[in-house]
Amino acid sequence: MADVKNILFVGVGGQGIILTSKVLSTALVNAGYDVKMSEVHGMAQRGGSVTTQVRYGDKVYSPIIGKGQADIIVSFERMEAMRMLEYLKKDGVMVVNDHAIPSMPILTGAAEYPEGIIEELKGKVKTIVFKAADVARDLGNPRTQNIVLLGALVKAIGLESLDWDKAIEQEVKPQFVDINKKALQKGMELAG
Amino acid sequence: MKKLLSGNEAIARGAYEAGITVAAAYPGTPSTEILENIGPYEGIYAEWAPNEKVALEVAVGASISGARALAAMKHVGVNVAADPLFTVAYTGVNGGLVLVSADDPGLHSSQNEQDNRYYAKAAKVAMLEPSDSQEAKDFVLEAIRLSEEFDVPVLLRVTTRICHSKGLVEFGEKEEAGIKPYERNMGKYIATPANARKLHVSLEERLEKLEERSNSTPLNFIEWNDKKVGIITSGISYQYAKEVFGDSVSYLKLGMTFPLPRKMMAEFAKQVETLYVIEENEPYIEEAVKVLGFDCIGKDKIPGVFELNPDIIERSLLGTEKELLKPDRQMPGRPPVLCPGCPHRGLFFALSKKDAVVTSDIGCYTLGAAPPLNAADTCICMGASISAGHGFKKAMERNGRDGKVFAVIGDSTFFHSGLTGLMDVAYNKGNITVIIADNRITGMTGHQDNPGTGKTLKGEDTVALDIPKICKALGIEDVKVVNPLNLKEMRAAVNEAMKKEEPNVIVTQWPCALIKTEPQPKGYCQVNQDKCTQCYACMQIGCPAISKQDGKVIIDDTMCNGCELCTQLCAFKAIEKVGE
Ligand SMILES: Cc1ncc(C[n+]2csc(CCOP(=O)(O)OP(=O)(O)O)c2C)c(N)n1
Repeated sequence: MADVKNILFVGVGGQGIILTSKVLSTALVNAGYDVKMSEVHGMAQRGGSVTTQVRYGDKVYSPIIGKGQADIIVSFERMEAMRMLEYLKKDGVMVVNDHAIPSMPILTGAAEYPEGIIEELKGKVKTIVFKAADVARDLGNPRTQNIVLLGALVKAIGLESLDWDKAIEQEVKPQFVDINKKALQKGMELAG
Repeated sequence: MKKLLSGNEAIARGAYEAGITVAAAYPGTPSTEILENIGPYEGIYAEWAPNEKVALEVAVGASISGARALAAMKHVGVNVAADPLFTVAYTGVNGGLVLVSADDPGLHSSQNEQDNRYYAKAAKVAMLEPSDSQEAKDFVLEAIRLSEEFDVPVLLRVTTRICHSKGLVEFGEKEEAGIKPYERNMGKYIATPANARKLHVSLEERLEKLEERSNSTPLNFIEWNDKKVGIITSGISYQYAKEVFGDSVSYLKLGMTFPLPRKMMAEFAKQVETLYVIEENEPYIEEAVKVLGFDCIGKDKIPGVFELNPDIIERSLLGTEKELLKPDRQMPGRPPVLCPGCPHRGLFFALSKKDAVVTSDIGCYTLGAAPPLNAADTCICMGASISAGHGFKKAMERNGRDGKVFAVIGDSTFFHSGLTGLMDVAYNKGNITVIIADNRITGMTGHQDNPGTGKTLKGEDTVALDIPKICKALGIEDVKVVNPLNLKEMRAAVNEAMKKEEPNVIVTQWPCALIKTEPQPKGYCQVNQDKCTQCYACMQIGCPAISKQDGKVIIDDTMCNGCELCTQLCAFKAIEKVGE
């Protein structure tokens, strides 16, 4: 399905990935796209890797994508970006949060956190790097880093014209709507 | 109105539209959100049952009384509920009865990837398989209609990607079904041998009629395109097939997969040059095609293990090899871990220091088997910790081998199927220590209430069953309650148990660190680098908040829950509590 776009979010439980893919899907549905979104939970709160997938177009069949099929991967963590690289199209875009969360093998000393991930990614594929937590903290709430990353995605895939304010209002608790709108704008600016 | 719903949300909506008034389940990924989403409908009585057998029996009783009813569970739950299932196929129903089986190809969160389509065939109940959220909703209504029309229970078989994928769903009107009249009918509902013989004959007749329906129902349909290739498929595999082949091939899409529409399948097979059967896991449809005498390409090319996706289908059937972006090196893994502040950590840390066999069970505490704690020997199925531990010890005793056995089981798992095991230990003079890891919630599946929490699925207050009292009532005299995050207390209990020669129970009681309604520790722990000797004793507990950075021990203040388990391991008093 050539007209279907594939987006993969990846990170670690608790980073707000599911909310991010919800805001994205809602905006796409509001704009009249056929949308499928897939998430796998269960182990999410236990510090494991989390992925969600969003596919949109005129007509979407499969809710999941295979290797080499993602137009964009948004990774909330460095190591997870590299882990999912095989899923990215050769001419796809990697949006990566420059943030490391060591996993248990690293904590116990059985492995080391890999150095030079960003450089390696840049050598292979178009890569947009963010320090989303810093950006979010400057905006006044570190928890909005997920929406900063969403902003970057929106810019990179060319969905600026969708009604993001409305999608945020639908999916985010009222007291956090304004800050998340700002976070999205900031993410779009920084990716531009 | 169209809304983006997960398959589980759609099934809940379907239950509402179908006029179902009783729903019961035991949680289990990927089925849990079905009852969580049915809960808020005021017109539906919904409960968390202590296990799947109870859940199905509640639904069966409701159906016999005349109400439309639903039970939901994960695939392995159907093993637990299999006993009533096989007989209710004979008795049939009064109000429509749906059993949702949520299978987990790929074992995202399960101990096996059994294919429950065989249950429909073995138990002789009708089966529907939706392929997206819209069908997930619609098929609940279809299932209820079929159930009432043909007097059979209906298995609604879904998989992780149906349950946890969202798609657009068009809502419908609610059917006001109410409750049908009930009259005592012993020939139908009392399955004695004499009655059941007749019921079995009638079931075979009902199945014959159901197969006729399967051949004519719009739930099974053909999409004719080019006839060079024809694909028979069902469930999520249909979507994957469409993704790969689009409109270039013909399809027989099956929504009703037991009884299979054999006439329709033969008709389709005859007209295409090459026949593919695309299905996840077992060759359930393929076997039927082959029995009909048709050749097809299926499991000889498509893997029978793990879940499918369009990419795998393309590679196995068309041989396309895509060039992929490859990392230069493998990334370290990110296995799930016990959360910071998890009460199970103190328990497994104490056990990790003992030369003992630990038969464990299913829940968050299974992670006590992971590094660095490595403190378990077995995990089979819910409840097996106690009974298998009992058998392990009996075998050693009878054959002259020494050794201590601890059986570890969570609170929800204990209510699910630990009570009978514990009864066995008491009754048959067992000699093991059973540890009930009571974190006051069903943790692993995302915090569902259970008979020990004092709340129902609907959020009402109710009796909170007392675990120590239950153990005593089951015949265990020696029952001790400890706080697992108090290492001194926890170790003392384990040390004492090592010496015991009669059955005993330790209840480790402390709320899950993620329960917001229970009091949690305040503040967080911090390493005083002046005092720290870098002996790394604190790192033995495998807390994800504690890491080593350039030789220094660092505690991440955003992750630390302040449980102070690590402080109890520091001989140099280098870990301090701040921010209380
Ligand atoms: C027969 C069966 N039903 C359901 C499940 C899903 N399941 C796995 S762990 C679990 C909950 C365990 O809760 P508890 O025993 O309280 O332990 P906790 O996770 O809270 O530590 C459930 C329901 C299963 N694996 N098998």
